[in-house]
Amino acid sequence: MPENSILGSSPLRKEGRAKVLGEAKYVDDLSLPGMWFGATVRSTIARGKIRKITFSQDVNWSEYAIVTASDVPGENTIVHLTRDHPCLAAEQVNHPEEPILLLAHPDKKALLAATAGVHIDYEELPGVFTIEESEAAVENGDTERIIWPGSDAGGTANCFKQYLMYSADAKDTEQGLALAFENADYIVQGEYSTGAQEQLYIENNGVIAECNKDADGRVTDVCVRGSMQCPYYLVHALTLVFGLPEEKCRVIQTETGGAFGGKEDFPSVIGSHAALLAMKCGHPVKITYDRAEDMAATTKRHPSRTRHRTAVSKDGKLLGGTIEFAIDGGAYATLSPVVLSRGTIHAPGPYKWPYLRVRAKAMATNVPPHGAFRGFGAPQSLFALERHMDKVAKVVGLTPEELRRRNFLSTGDCTATGQPLNDPVDMQKLLTRALEEHGYHEKLKRFAEENKHSSIKRGVGFATFMHGAGFTGSGERRLNSLVHVEVNADGRPNLLVSSTEFGQGTNTILCQVAAQALSLPYENISIAQPDTRVVPNSGPTVASRTAMIVGKLVERACKKLLTTLQDYASLPPQHTPGEFRKAAGFYVAEHGSLRSSVRYEPVKPIFWDDELYRGDAYPAYAWAVYVAEVAVDLNTYMATVTRFDALQEVGKVMHPVLAKGQVEGGVAQGIGYALYEKCVWKNGRMLNNQMTNYIMPTSADLPPIHVHFEEVPSAHGPGGAKGIGELPMDGPAPAILNAIENATGVAFHSIPLLPEDLFERFASFTERAHGGSEELDGSIDRDTRTEVDA
Amino acid sequence: MSDIRITINGQARSLNVPSMKRLLDVIREDLQLTGTKEGCGEGECGACAVLMNGELVNSCLVPALQANGASVCTIEGVAIDGRLHPVQQCFLENGGAQCGICTPGMILATQHLLNKYPRPTYEQIQEGLAGNLCRCTGYMRIFESVCKAAEADYLPDRGKA
Repeated sequence: MPENSILGSSPLRKEGRAKVLGEAKYVDDLSLPGMWFGATVRSTIARGKIRKITFSQDVNWSEYAIVTASDVPGENTIVHLTRDHPCLAAEQVNHPEEPILLLAHPDKKALLAATAGVHIDYEELPGVFTIEESEAAVENGDTERIIWPGSDAGGTANCFKQYLMYSADAKDTEQGLALAFENADYIVQGEYSTGAQEQLYIENNGVIAECNKDADGRVTDVCVRGSMQCPYYLVHALTLVFGLPEEKCRVIQTETGGAFGGKEDFPSVIGSHAALLAMKCGHPVKITYDRAEDMAATTKRHPSRTRHRTAVSKDGKLLGGTIEFAIDGGAYATLSPVVLSRGTIHAPGPYKWPYLRVRAKAMATNVPPHGAFRGFGAPQSLFALERHMDKVAKVVGLTPEELRRRNFLSTGDCTATGQPLNDPVDMQKLLTRALEEHGYHEKLKRFAEENKHSSIKRGVGFATFMHGAGFTGSGERRLNSLVHVEVNADGRPNLLVSSTEFGQGTNTILCQVAAQALSLPYENISIAQPDTRVVPNSGPTVASRTAMIVGKLVERACKKLLTTLQDYASLPPQHTPGEFRKAAGFYVAEHGSLRSSVRYEPVKPIFWDDELYRGDAYPAYAWAVYVAEVAVDLNTYMATVTRFDALQEVGKVMHPVLAKGQVEGGVAQGIGYALYEKCVWKNGRMLNNQMTNYIMPTSADLPPIHVHFEEVPSAHGPGGAKGIGELPMDGPAPAILNAIENATGVAFHSIPLLPEDLFERFASFTERAHGGSEELDGSIDRDTRTEVDA
Repeated sequence: MSDIRITINGQARSLNVPSMKRLLDVIREDLQLTGTKEGCGEGECGACAVLMNGELVNSCLVPALQANGASVCTIEGVAIDGRLHPVQQCFLENGGAQCGICTPGMILATQHLLNKYPRPTYEQIQEGLAGNLCRCTGYMRIFESVCKAAEADYLPDRGKA
């Protein structure tokens, strides 16, 4: 078999046939004998004490299983990083749609009237709904509005987590910053904000739970199957809720219809709920949310606010900078500390900062907890940075391209966390190629000319950025991931991992890795359904880690398996599939089974200091330049992306068709993030929790998306691959807003940017320009606080 | 309750169901064909799309009574004698299916499109699929799948509805 024939080719998606036939079974397609259905009674207010729960006389409650906090046999908590998040609210609610009570009934239709028949009296308490309101409560010592007290796992009043990150020793950096701002030719400030974003997987959250009890009625074991990314996260949650050991909490992932982070932490909630109902009624219980419930009650991308203050020389060199990064975590800590961490580490971007301080915090508000969504904090801080870089360029009088070229990190430099970039990095080349592929320079000239005579203003803009693959810092070491590869009696290798397929292609690429490492045809490799009774904990399916980290483990396990067969079953060094099957059959007959297991080990030593928040933040980074062309119609105030080019260096591309699909899908979500998708909130409640009024891009809304790769093999992943999944979410929004500024001369600093936002700004210009020039004046910028020439 | 007759994927069936029961639920519950998915329940996402008398409809918006006498084709009726239909094959080969939840509706929308325009333009594809939301692909692989299917000697009469 020729070298590299499988990795880098595009074999058919493993479960693709079942999907195109409509035969793939998602959780709502499954039914268990005697199964009941569950529903959730949720808080109608944002914050308050629960006074009394009453049940309507019109419902025959004897038919229903009812679960409240007092029924939880273990700890009433959904564990993520801390234990502040109750499984069911007991005395107080802290956000709208907070689960208070659960109902189950054999007939799904009987649940609607019943949930409406549960009345909850509250003593309402004042809430905070934005980062600013949450901060103000702390600053003013407004104890009534301290909605989160801090926890033993860290955090302070109304603040789940803070980071202070310096580009070097704290004292030296502060001194350097003071000097940099004193000597700067320009000081450029800006404030940037991003809104919440709904993951909007097309399959809503859903699970089926079973529960067994002993003769005394004590729960002996539970089993939950459903739509999810991280089966072992749910195992962990169940061990606490039921007070059971891990091996008594079984979790099975069913075919999952999209996730994007939205099924990282939330299945711990719905999975625990269904298991509690199964315990109460003695039947399997299915809970599937409808769209409105899923959108109103489950996690979204964290809203953010970023403040930049940058010292820059007249030749465009960054001298120093401070970044204040804040995210809105919602009512409970959930994953906010780690979302904040990734956002903080990505905030400096792909640039050299002689002196940099990043101060970051995740604030508590009375909205449903925000959670994981592709990019995990990085799209927020990179949006701010890449808008700010265009602003710096404008102040200094350089093009956005030249400003970036003068400050790019390159091979051998250290990132802002002090990580030496030993692997090759060439942002200059990426930028040159991306702009060429897009025809950027030609368009820049042509549009400037054409725009003079048109009410449709066209423009081009770009963003340059990177995304770290794998868990942050010491995270991978702590995860200590394990994979098994076994060979069955029929001689076919089967991969046992907890990494899940939810569209990205996990099944396919991991089988490719195994086929490559074992020198076997791709078709001969199978991958087990993630069932925690069978598969080991190879970590969660998040953080762009599956291809690089788990892929590497699969590669190592396969090589180890080959060595075993060579040493003990006379497998020749160059083997045919037939020889492999024969050797494996011989080994299994001799020893009973054949299994190879490996645990995570860093490919190269990784040093990370959690205290100082410095060191090797990620094993490897993917690097990218994204270019957007836009048209802004000044009659309708509609901004449209008319072409998009995405160039990235993600190491070896394992499967070109899947890789393009990942990038195109991420870019589409990024375009939605920038121009379409707005969560409308009122007192912590999402008002537009429907697909009718929360607008994601349709096939008619998207431009041609051109995907380009530079391939620089990395030592960290199998066959040289790095992570790719989250990267495409980071670049589109800033590239698009940069293009809109290029088209109109007006700088916008907040997303989503909807036609009504454009209208508001342009209408105010028209008023001020009354009697004067019709030209839009880009220097008038009411969104940002100051723009000072020092 | 109403007695209704539906020809589902070529098979005549008589059912006694509530008149206003959604066709989606008739298909999934009474006929036990789970390839048709529910995404939003309000006719926005197209995950529940089926062909009814050759027209593309969102089955979550069709009451059972309205389907009385109709010929309905679901994803289960697309393959030909257990072999993938060219549209399915093209989705499989070109990355048109990622998580797969929109795929059944998307494939039926593609069939409908290609019945109407055997050689569709890019704009006709964009418009023709605009009622079917996909959150994974950004639609580019789907467009490619459709283009390949249109080239693949597509026979418009292969859909059974």
